[in-house]
Amino acid sequence: MRPDRTPLTLLLIGAAILAVGPFAPQWTLFLLTVALAKGLVVLGLMMLLRCGLVSFGQALYYCLGAYAAGMLGRLYEVSGVFTLMLAGMATSAFVAFVLGFLLARYRSIFFGLLSLAISMILYGLLVKTEALGSSDGFNVLPSTLFGWRPADEWVRYSVLAVAAGVAVIAALAVHRYLGTPLGRLAPAIKDNEIRVEYMGASARQAVHVKYVIAAALAGLGGALAATTVGHIDPEMAYWTTSGEFIFITILAGTGSVIAPFLGALIFGIIQTVAFDISPNTWQMVLGASLLAVIVFLPRGLWSLFRRRKAA
Amino acid sequence: MAAILDAAGLNKNFGAVTAANDINAAIERDSVVGLIGTNGAGKTTFINMITGYLKPDRGRIHYEGRDITRLAPRDITRLGICRSFQIPQLYASLTAYENMMIGIGVVLRNAGRGGFFSRGEPLVPGYEQPAAAVADGLLQRFGLAEYRDKNAQVLPGGVRKLLDIALTMVARPKILLLDEPTSGVSAEEKFAIMEMIMKAVRAEGITVLFVEHDMEVVSRFAERVLAFYDGRIIADGSPEQALNDPEVKRYVVGGELHRLDEEKARPRA
Repeated sequence: MRPDRTPLTLLLIGAAILAVGPFAPQWTLFLLTVALAKGLVVLGLMMLLRCGLVSFGQALYYCLGAYAAGMLGRLYEVSGVFTLMLAGMATSAFVAFVLGFLLARYRSIFFGLLSLAISMILYGLLVKTEALGSSDGFNVLPSTLFGWRPADEWVRYSVLAVAAGVAVIAALAVHRYLGTPLGRLAPAIKDNEIRVEYMGASARQAVHVKYVIAAALAGLGGALAATTVGHIDPEMAYWTTSGEFIFITILAGTGSVIAPFLGALIFGIIQTVAFDISPNTWQMVLGASLLAVIVFLPRGLWSLFRRRKAA
Repeated sequence: MAAILDAAGLNKNFGAVTAANDINAAIERDSVVGLIGTNGAGKTTFINMITGYLKPDRGRIHYEGRDITRLAPRDITRLGICRSFQIPQLYASLTAYENMMIGIGVVLRNAGRGGFFSRGEPLVPGYEQPAAAVADGLLQRFGLAEYRDKNAQVLPGGVRKLLDIALTMVARPKILLLDEPTSGVSAEEKFAIMEMIMKAVRAEGITVLFVEHDMEVVSRFAERVLAFYDGRIIADGSPEQALNDPEVKRYVVGGELHRLDEEKARPRA
């Protein structure tokens, strides 16, 4: 058996981010932190995609996580970054646990559209809620690290460091989960659910568990994004946000737990560069790059690494 | 004699069609039972009711003294009743080995082994070996070693059948229901394949129920025969008794011979 190099690679990437961070320009720190936040959401989508499920509404949990974090600050003046992330995660996981009883029954397009519909309900509710700033949203309190607030020039780096640590832990946990019997069931559910049942496992239960984990990761990513950006609005639940996550998932591929973060980073870079070059047609550049990936790398960017390993 | 499985008064209707009409059968532990009958006679319906895929409209099924009539397929599987399929149900995009590992994973999980927080390599219950060893051992036992790393979707029909049956063995069932294990296998290979299946399965003392259309295979391998016709069991006894029963001759074997004649009359491709 090939030795499992993923945990070591993850730890090295995490360490590299921490080491290079202090010397990197501020805007790259922001780009990287946002990529890590989105990567967390995509990590969850990847788990679902391995079962053959595409959630067109993962922004629901991203937005819930962000609003949970934001409201803790707004209503109770809680600013501890870990408390905020935990709140975002727990809120999304709880909602997913409840909705999962319904959604875990559905597959393919029905699952996708139902998740989309629910995310748009949240969007609609938030837009109509004046106490939460309606469509403008509201600003999020600057977060603290166990009561300590870093100096201004270190804020971006501190948030990045926290994000990197959290992302590495989350990726390690998901990697471990994918190796457990329940985690390994994903391709089996995609291929043949009848057989899964006749082997003595519940496909619906397995999907439910993965759905809750994916939502928890999205909530975590949302809380992190709220802290990083400092502002939240209902756009976070809008279907284009969900589309962006699916975009990154397909860009990245399902080959490894590292892929979602790589995909999110490359997405961020393409977006930034394209916006810089042509502010009016940057979406075209994004679309063209996704098309190129689908045509030339049908298993996503991660297949670049696979191929080298096989050679 | 204590029955391991007891079906009493099973009825099942699909609209106007009666698929099971007062089916009564007690299956003894460690026996091999052949289920015969023409297509639509109710054999697969019987298997589907035992494995929980269909719920009977009336009647009860007891397994080791426990009522399993209303249980879900996965719960029945966990109790030790496993089945293979007439059309193999495999994980098409995975290799033969990976197929086995998925099955073993489920067994591990149901036994609470190999979870997120467990350390070291878990041992497969019943085999007390690591998963990889069990997978390779079973592939070996069913003569599938050379197909280990091939995707299930590209395997030949007979091999897919064997893999389908090998998959049921990971859970060490007490009762195995084989739905037409030799269908789609050439006449020359039928006996060899059946021989291999029986050897692999009977070594574990598993009670076997198998659906079969080839009467020679039935009389060679079955200890007892249940003949189905029109949703009823019309004969129940040793192969000699059942196959010579006038009703069976008329409705089951006769029909079969008729079908064989038809096949022979067809020009060879």
